[in-house]
Amino acid sequence: MTTLLSATSPLAASGLVAATCMIAAIVLASTAGEVLTAAAMKSIGDLDEIRAHSGLSGAIRAVLTCPLFFAGVFFLALAFFSLLFALNHLNLSLVGPAAASLTVITNSIAAKFFLKENVDRRRWSAAALICIGVYLLAH
Amino acid sequence: MSHRLKPGQYLVLLAVMVCAPLGDSCLKRGMALLQPISLSHPGALIAAIFTPWIALGIALLIGFFASYLTALSWADLTFVLPATAFGNVFIVFISYFWLHEHVSWQRWLGVFLITAAVGFVAQGPSLTTQPAQDLAQHPASVPPATEAS
Repeated sequence: MTTLLSATSPLAASGLVAATCMIAAIVLASTAGEVLTAAAMKSIGDLDEIRAHSGLSGAIRAVLTCPLFFAGVFFLALAFFSLLFALNHLNLSLVGPAAASLTVITNSIAAKFFLKENVDRRRWSAAALICIGVYLLAH
Repeated sequence: MSHRLKPGQYLVLLAVMVCAPLGDSCLKRGMALLQPISLSHPGALIAAIFTPWIALGIALLIGFFASYLTALSWADLTFVLPATAFGNVFIVFISYFWLHEHVSWQRWLGVFLITAAVGFVAQGPSLTTQPAQDLAQHPASVPPATEAS
Protein backbone atom coordinates (compact mmCIF):
# COMPACT_ATOMS: atom_id res chain seq x y z
CA MET A 1 0.00 0.00 0.00
CA THR A 2 2.83 2.40 0.76
CA THR A 3 4.04 2.08 -2.82
CA LEU A 4 0.81 3.71 -3.89
CA LEU A 5 1.61 6.84 -1.89
CA SER A 6 2.81 9.84 -3.82
CA ALA A 7 6.57 10.01 -3.74
CA THR A 8 6.51 13.68 -2.80
CA SER A 9 4.05 13.21 0.05
CA PRO A 10 5.35 14.11 3.51
CA LEU A 11 3.29 11.19 4.79
CA ALA A 12 5.32 8.64 2.87
CA ALA A 13 7.26 7.56 5.98
CA SER A 14 4.20 6.56 7.96
CA GLY A 15 2.26 5.76 4.82
CA LEU A 16 0.16 2.81 5.94
CA VAL A 17 -1.18 4.49 9.09
CA ALA A 18 -1.77 7.79 7.34
CA ALA A 19 -3.54 6.15 4.39
CA THR A 20 -5.71 4.11 6.75
CA CYS A 21 -6.66 7.21 8.75
CA MET A 22 -7.51 9.22 5.63
CA ILE A 23 -9.65 6.47 4.12
CA ALA A 24 -11.31 5.84 7.50
CA ALA A 25 -12.18 9.54 7.77
CA ILE A 26 -13.88 9.45 4.35
CA VAL A 27 -15.76 6.25 5.14
CA LEU A 28 -16.93 7.36 8.61
CA ALA A 29 -18.01 10.84 7.50
CA SER A 30 -19.74 9.44 4.44
CA THR A 31 -21.56 6.78 6.46
CA ALA A 32 -22.69 9.33 9.06
CA GLY A 33 -23.91 11.62 6.30
CA GLU A 34 -25.82 8.93 4.43
CA VAL A 35 -27.44 7.52 7.56
CA LEU A 36 -28.46 10.94 8.89
CA THR A 37 -29.86 11.91 5.48
CA ALA A 38 -31.79 8.64 5.26
CA ALA A 39 -33.12 9.15 8.81
CA ALA A 40 -34.18 12.67 7.87
CA MET A 41 -36.07 11.49 4.80
CA LYS A 42 -37.75 8.70 6.78
CA SER A 43 -38.89 11.21 9.41
CA ILE A 44 -40.29 13.51 6.72
CA GLY A 45 -42.22 10.76 4.92
CA ASP A 46 -42.91 10.01 1.25
CA LEU A 47 -41.87 13.11 -0.72
CA ASP A 48 -44.08 12.10 -3.66
CA GLU A 49 -47.15 12.22 -1.41
CA ILE A 50 -46.10 15.51 0.19
CA ARG A 51 -45.61 16.99 -3.28
CA ALA A 52 -49.05 15.73 -4.33
CA HIS A 53 -50.69 17.46 -1.34
CA SER A 54 -48.55 20.58 -0.86
CA GLY A 55 -46.79 21.02 -4.19
CA LEU A 56 -43.07 21.18 -4.91
CA SER A 57 -42.59 24.14 -2.55
CA GLY A 58 -44.18 22.13 0.27
CA ALA A 59 -41.83 19.21 -0.38
CA ILE A 60 -38.79 21.51 -0.44
CA ARG A 61 -39.99 23.20 2.78
CA ALA A 62 -40.41 19.82 4.47
CA VAL A 63 -36.80 18.91 3.66
CA LEU A 64 -35.29 22.27 4.53
CA THR A 65 -37.01 22.46 7.92
CA CYS A 66 -35.60 19.11 9.06
CA PRO A 67 -32.50 19.52 11.29
CA LEU A 68 -31.40 15.92 10.63
CA PHE A 69 -31.11 16.75 6.93
CA PHE A 70 -28.60 19.53 7.62
CA ALA A 71 -26.66 17.26 9.97
CA GLY A 72 -26.46 14.74 7.12
CA VAL A 73 -25.36 17.36 4.60
CA PHE A 74 -22.69 18.57 7.05
CA PHE A 75 -21.16 15.08 7.25
CA LEU A 76 -21.45 14.56 3.49
CA ALA A 77 -19.55 17.83 3.01
CA LEU A 78 -16.99 16.63 5.54
CA ALA A 79 -16.63 13.39 3.56
CA PHE A 80 -16.13 15.40 0.35
CA PHE A 81 -13.34 17.52 1.84
CA SER A 82 -11.78 14.41 3.42
CA LEU A 83 -11.76 12.89 -0.06
CA LEU A 84 -10.10 15.97 -1.53
CA PHE A 85 -7.46 15.87 1.23
CA ALA A 86 -6.84 12.16 0.69
CA LEU A 87 -6.53 12.62 -3.08
CA ASN A 88 -3.89 15.25 -2.41
CA HIS A 89 -1.71 12.63 -0.69
CA LEU A 90 -2.80 9.25 -2.06
CA ASN A 91 -3.45 7.79 -5.48
CA LEU A 92 -6.99 7.76 -6.81
CA SER A 93 -6.61 4.05 -7.63
CA LEU A 94 -6.29 3.39 -3.89
CA VAL A 95 -8.72 5.93 -2.42
CA GLY A 96 -11.58 5.49 -4.92
CA PRO A 97 -12.26 1.76 -4.66
CA ALA A 98 -11.29 1.50 -0.99
CA ALA A 99 -13.61 4.29 0.12
CA ALA A 100 -16.47 3.22 -2.18
CA SER A 101 -16.46 -0.44 -1.20
CA LEU A 102 -15.91 0.10 2.53
CA THR A 103 -18.71 2.69 2.60
CA VAL A 104 -21.15 0.11 1.23
CA ILE A 105 -20.31 -2.24 4.11
CA THR A 106 -20.39 0.41 6.86
CA ASN A 107 -23.64 1.83 5.48
CA SER A 108 -25.24 -1.61 5.62
CA ILE A 109 -24.10 -2.09 9.23
CA ALA A 110 -25.23 1.42 10.23
CA ALA A 111 -28.59 0.97 8.46
CA LYS A 112 -29.18 -2.24 10.42
CA PHE A 113 -28.36 -0.79 13.83
CA PHE A 114 -29.33 2.89 13.56
CA LEU A 115 -32.13 2.87 10.97
CA LYS A 116 -33.43 -0.55 12.10
CA GLU A 117 -33.56 -1.76 8.50
CA ASN A 118 -33.98 -5.46 7.90
CA VAL A 119 -30.64 -6.14 6.20
CA ASP A 120 -31.24 -9.74 5.23
CA ARG A 121 -28.93 -12.19 3.46
CA ARG A 122 -30.02 -10.83 0.09
CA ARG A 123 -28.80 -7.32 0.98
CA TRP A 124 -25.57 -8.53 2.63
CA SER A 125 -24.84 -10.56 -0.51
CA ALA A 126 -25.49 -7.48 -2.64
CA ALA A 127 -23.13 -5.39 -0.48
CA ALA A 128 -20.40 -8.03 -0.84
CA LEU A 129 -20.91 -8.26 -4.62
CA ILE A 130 -20.73 -4.46 -4.93
CA CYS A 131 -17.46 -4.40 -2.96
CA ILE A 132 -15.87 -6.98 -5.24
CA GLY A 133 -17.39 -5.32 -8.32
CA VAL A 134 -16.04 -1.87 -7.42
CA TYR A 135 -12.60 -3.41 -6.78
CA LEU A 136 -12.63 -5.11 -10.20
CA LEU A 137 -13.77 -1.94 -11.97
CA ALA A 138 -10.77 -0.10 -10.54
CA HIS A 139 -8.29 -2.61 -12.01
CA MET B 1 -48.36 -1.35 2.14
CA SER B 2 -46.74 -3.74 -0.31
CA HIS B 3 -43.42 -1.87 -0.50
CA ARG B 4 -43.29 -2.69 -4.18
CA LEU B 5 -42.24 0.14 -6.41
CA LYS B 6 -44.52 2.08 -8.73
CA PRO B 7 -43.32 2.89 -12.29
CA GLY B 8 -42.60 6.49 -11.29
CA GLN B 9 -40.41 5.29 -8.44
CA TYR B 10 -38.36 3.16 -10.85
CA LEU B 11 -37.81 6.35 -12.86
CA VAL B 12 -36.51 8.08 -9.71
CA LEU B 13 -34.04 5.20 -9.17
CA LEU B 14 -33.04 5.44 -12.84
CA ALA B 15 -32.32 9.14 -12.32
CA VAL B 16 -30.15 8.23 -9.29
CA MET B 17 -28.19 5.76 -11.46
CA VAL B 18 -27.74 8.05 -14.47
CA CYS B 19 -27.46 11.62 -13.16
CA ALA B 20 -24.41 11.15 -10.89
CA PRO B 21 -22.03 9.58 -13.45
CA LEU B 22 -23.23 11.92 -16.21
CA GLY B 23 -22.77 14.92 -13.91
CA ASP B 24 -19.27 13.82 -12.93
CA SER B 25 -18.39 13.28 -16.60
CA CYS B 26 -19.59 16.78 -17.48
CA LEU B 27 -17.56 18.29 -14.62
CA LYS B 28 -14.46 16.39 -15.75
CA ARG B 29 -14.92 17.49 -19.37
CA GLY B 30 -15.55 21.10 -18.34
CA MET B 31 -12.53 21.28 -16.02
CA ALA B 32 -10.29 19.72 -18.69
CA LEU B 33 -11.13 22.61 -21.02
CA LEU B 34 -9.93 25.20 -18.48
CA GLN B 35 -6.42 26.30 -17.63
CA PRO B 36 -5.06 24.86 -14.34
CA ILE B 37 -6.63 26.80 -11.46
CA SER B 38 -4.51 27.92 -8.51
CA LEU B 39 -5.92 28.26 -5.00
CA SER B 40 -4.45 31.76 -4.97
CA HIS B 41 -7.05 32.72 -7.61
CA PRO B 42 -10.33 31.31 -6.25
CA GLY B 43 -12.29 33.66 -8.50
CA ALA B 44 -11.42 31.39 -11.42
CA LEU B 45 -13.37 28.58 -9.72
CA ILE B 46 -16.45 30.80 -9.48
CA ALA B 47 -16.11 31.72 -13.15
CA ALA B 48 -15.80 28.01 -14.01
CA ILE B 49 -19.30 27.40 -12.64
CA PHE B 50 -20.78 29.42 -15.49
CA THR B 51 -19.08 27.49 -18.31
CA PRO B 52 -21.55 25.25 -20.21
CA TRP B 53 -20.17 21.79 -19.33
CA ILE B 54 -19.69 22.58 -15.64
CA ALA B 55 -23.11 24.23 -15.36
CA LEU B 56 -24.65 21.14 -16.98
CA GLY B 57 -22.69 18.90 -14.59
CA ILE B 58 -23.90 20.86 -11.56
CA ALA B 59 -27.50 20.70 -12.82
CA LEU B 60 -27.21 16.91 -13.22
CA LEU B 61 -25.70 16.51 -9.74
CA ILE B 62 -28.54 18.59 -8.26
CA GLY B 63 -30.91 16.26 -10.12
CA PHE B 64 -29.07 13.28 -8.62
CA PHE B 65 -29.34 14.64 -5.07
CA ALA B 66 -33.04 15.46 -5.45
CA SER B 67 -33.72 11.95 -6.83
CA TYR B 68 -31.61 10.38 -4.09
CA LEU B 69 -33.52 12.23 -1.34
CA THR B 70 -36.83 11.29 -2.94
CA ALA B 71 -35.82 7.62 -3.11
CA LEU B 72 -34.73 7.65 0.55
CA SER B 73 -38.17 8.97 1.54
CA TRP B 74 -39.87 5.74 0.38
CA ALA B 75 -37.09 3.15 0.34
CA ASP B 76 -34.43 1.78 2.67
CA LEU B 77 -30.87 3.10 2.48
CA THR B 78 -29.68 -0.46 1.78
CA PHE B 79 -32.17 -0.63 -1.13
CA VAL B 80 -31.00 2.66 -2.69
CA LEU B 81 -27.25 2.02 -2.24
CA PRO B 82 -26.99 -0.55 -5.07
CA ALA B 83 -28.64 1.97 -7.37
CA THR B 84 -25.91 4.50 -6.62
CA ALA B 85 -23.26 1.78 -7.16
CA PHE B 86 -24.81 1.07 -10.57
CA GLY B 87 -23.48 4.48 -11.63
CA ASN B 88 -20.03 2.82 -11.91
CA VAL B 89 -21.49 0.36 -14.40
CA PHE B 90 -23.00 3.21 -16.38
CA ILE B 91 -19.56 4.84 -16.65
CA VAL B 92 -18.11 1.60 -18.07
CA PHE B 93 -20.87 1.49 -20.71
CA ILE B 94 -20.19 5.14 -21.62
CA SER B 95 -16.47 4.34 -21.90
CA TYR B 96 -17.07 1.32 -24.12
CA PHE B 97 -19.91 2.41 -26.39
CA TRP B 98 -19.39 6.19 -26.59
CA LEU B 99 -15.67 6.75 -26.04
CA HIS B 100 -14.70 3.37 -27.63
CA GLU B 101 -12.22 2.66 -24.83
CA HIS B 102 -10.91 -0.84 -24.18
CA VAL B 103 -12.62 -2.49 -21.20
CA SER B 104 -10.76 -5.44 -19.66
CA TRP B 105 -12.49 -8.69 -18.70
CA GLN B 106 -11.96 -7.84 -15.03
CA ARG B 107 -14.06 -4.72 -15.49
CA TRP B 108 -16.78 -6.66 -17.33
CA LEU B 109 -16.78 -9.07 -14.39
CA GLY B 110 -17.15 -6.10 -12.04
CA VAL B 111 -20.06 -4.84 -14.17
CA PHE B 112 -21.68 -8.27 -13.93
CA LEU B 113 -21.28 -8.47 -10.14
CA ILE B 114 -22.72 -4.99 -9.50
CA THR B 115 -25.59 -5.65 -11.89
CA ALA B 116 -26.29 -8.94 -10.10
CA ALA B 117 -26.25 -7.08 -6.76
CA VAL B 118 -28.81 -4.56 -8.05
CA GLY B 119 -30.94 -7.45 -9.33
CA PHE B 120 -30.79 -9.23 -5.95
CA VAL B 121 -31.91 -6.19 -3.99
CA ALA B 122 -34.54 -5.10 -6.52
CA GLN B 123 -36.32 -8.45 -6.09
CA GLY B 124 -36.88 -7.76 -2.39
CA PRO B 125 -39.04 -5.17 -0.63
CA SER B 126 -38.01 -1.53 -0.98
CA LEU B 127 -38.92 -0.70 2.61
CA THR B 128 -38.52 -2.79 5.75
CA THR B 129 -39.02 -0.02 8.32
CA GLN B 130 -42.26 1.74 9.22
CA PRO B 131 -42.72 5.00 7.24
CA ALA B 132 -43.29 8.18 9.26
CA GLN B 133 -46.81 8.72 7.90
CA ASP B 134 -47.94 5.19 8.81
CA LEU B 135 -46.54 5.68 12.31
CA ALA B 136 -48.49 8.90 12.71
CA GLN B 137 -51.77 7.43 11.40
CA HIS B 138 -51.64 3.97 12.99
CA PRO B 139 -49.32 4.13 16.00
CA ALA B 140 -50.92 1.13 17.71
CA SER B 141 -50.65 -1.20 14.72
CA VAL B 142 -46.95 -0.89 14.11
CA PRO B 143 -45.56 -4.34 13.32
CA PRO B 144 -41.89 -5.16 13.84
CA ALA B 145 -39.64 -4.88 10.81
CA THR B 146 -40.85 -7.56 8.42
CA GLU B 147 -38.73 -10.26 6.87
CA ALA B 148 -37.97 -9.81 3.22
CA SER B 149 -40.45 -11.58 0.99
